[in-house]
Amino acid sequence: MSRKLPRSPPSSELTPKELYTRRREFIKSSALFLGTSAALGSGLISLSGMGSADPPVAPPLLPKPEPGTVSWQITRRGRYATSEPQTSYEDITTYNNFYELGLSKSDPARLGFRIKPRPWTIEIRGAVAREQTLDVDTLIRWFGLEERIYRMRCVEAWSMVIPWLGFPLADLVKRLEPSSSAKYLRFTTLLDPEQLPGEESRVLKWPYVEGLRLDEAMNPLAFIALGLYGAPLPGQNGAPLRLVVPWKYGFKGGKSLVEIRFQESEPETTWSHAAPDEYGFYANVNPKVDHPRWSQATERRIGELSRRKTLPFNGYGEYVADLYRGMDLTRYF
Amino acid sequence: MDKSREQTPAKDPELLGLHPSERQKPPTRRSSQRDWLVPAFVAGSLIPFASIAWRIGRGRLGANPVATALNQVGLLALIFLVASLSCTPLKIAFTWTWPLRVRRALGLAAFFSALLHFSIYWVLDQNFALGSVVKDVIKRPFIAVGFAALVLLVPLALTSTKRSVSRLGFRRWQRLHQLAYVIGVLGVIHFYLRVKADHTLPISYGLVLALGFVLRVAANAKKNRDARLRAELRAARSASA
Repeated sequence: MSRKLPRSPPSSELTPKELYTRRREFIKSSALFLGTSAALGSGLISLSGMGSADPPVAPPLLPKPEPGTVSWQITRRGRYATSEPQTSYEDITTYNNFYELGLSKSDPARLGFRIKPRPWTIEIRGAVAREQTLDVDTLIRWFGLEERIYRMRCVEAWSMVIPWLGFPLADLVKRLEPSSSAKYLRFTTLLDPEQLPGEESRVLKWPYVEGLRLDEAMNPLAFIALGLYGAPLPGQNGAPLRLVVPWKYGFKGGKSLVEIRFQESEPETTWSHAAPDEYGFYANVNPKVDHPRWSQATERRIGELSRRKTLPFNGYGEYVADLYRGMDLTRYF
Repeated sequence: MDKSREQTPAKDPELLGLHPSERQKPPTRRSSQRDWLVPAFVAGSLIPFASIAWRIGRGRLGANPVATALNQVGLLALIFLVASLSCTPLKIAFTWTWPLRVRRALGLAAFFSALLHFSIYWVLDQNFALGSVVKDVIKRPFIAVGFAALVLLVPLALTSTKRSVSRLGFRRWQRLHQLAYVIGVLGVIHFYLRVKADHTLPISYGLVLALGFVLRVAANAKKNRDARLRAELRAARSASA
């Protein structure tokens, strides 16, 4: 019985001798190569903050309050609305500047759940007929809910179109009967590092303070928002109530408000305290007055790739330009 | 930027980037075996860019992807820059020689990241509007500083080859590449001026850079003192002879 030897592989498949003898070295080098490049790559990714730049998941639309406790009904729509396409709910709720919930744009969406929006009261103080503490649901009962689709222009040269839900600030001011010495309104955000953990860092002076002149607050565009896309505000957008002043840069809109004070002097606001040459009290959107570090002539609408021209007063000049007649807007920026 | 990979004994022992006591020895077997080191750094440096590209493709860069990509690539450029300037301090502090072997790769990574950072700003952020870019560079100190850093990186990237070292001569090449210190400082200033409220990150990069400078100055001072002592010793010996 003859047995055939297995056919030997062709010489082209033979491992060269020097590679065979160096195989251990080769395997070791490969492992070191892979290990080092992977370690360097992940080190670079974490150093450049890419982990935290990952967009968080948008929150679900919040349930509307129980009927009976408060009437969450939209009584009015369409006033001053822009016909431009609305920014998506996801973008509005995951790209926020709310330093009390962290410094990156995505932090607020991750930490917004820390804000407990009920029970919530707001103090009315200073030069008014009667100082009082108001429950947020009382405000909804008094004024109802109106939808306002506003452009929002951030001082960082990006913008959104947001369907807010709330009531005109003027309605509240009239009801509170400010006295003759009330020239300004001072809005204060909640100071509570439990709910707003960013307040533990000292990047800004807390609590966040914003302000308006009384006639600005009486302008029909100035708005107190309690909702977004028909539902209550998520934490990251300033739950349960916030200021919206569409002809001014977004930082004027104080979030999660706990006090409105009527006073004679111009309030010192958080950003003008932090950087007086960069952020003024007025902060009207103005393509002609640049931020010292960047141009305000154009903006990027979130969701669009090319830039668009920024409009004076964010396009609301016909309603608000009269407030600033005779004022040098390069000085009072 | 990398002067330590000369395999043949260099004329100038500095070229080997070795400690004086090691200069006369032939290259050790161990160092000649680390062929994987530089390729690993090149590959590792590409990983964050692959990650950004992947996120863009998946729409996972958030509501403002242009701004996010711009900021992250810019930060990567600064990381590479500070890392390339930390190679010599690492060698001084720990007598490691491997950082010097990856220095050129890190420096080139800094250059290409800075170039990409500028391209994103010009193409995606400003939509090719050359006029507004020029105006920005002239009017805005932080952009001017960043642009100056990029411009200064160009000659260093162009002369990063071994051939450039021999063409220029080591001393002149070294003088030219000392520009990297200036670029590092400009990079940190650019970042510092851009940040809105929280300066922790730019300051920490500045501190790493400063620590590196301190180590270099201390090492140089020690070298000069040793040289002086040796000279004094020689003078004393010849006087006694």
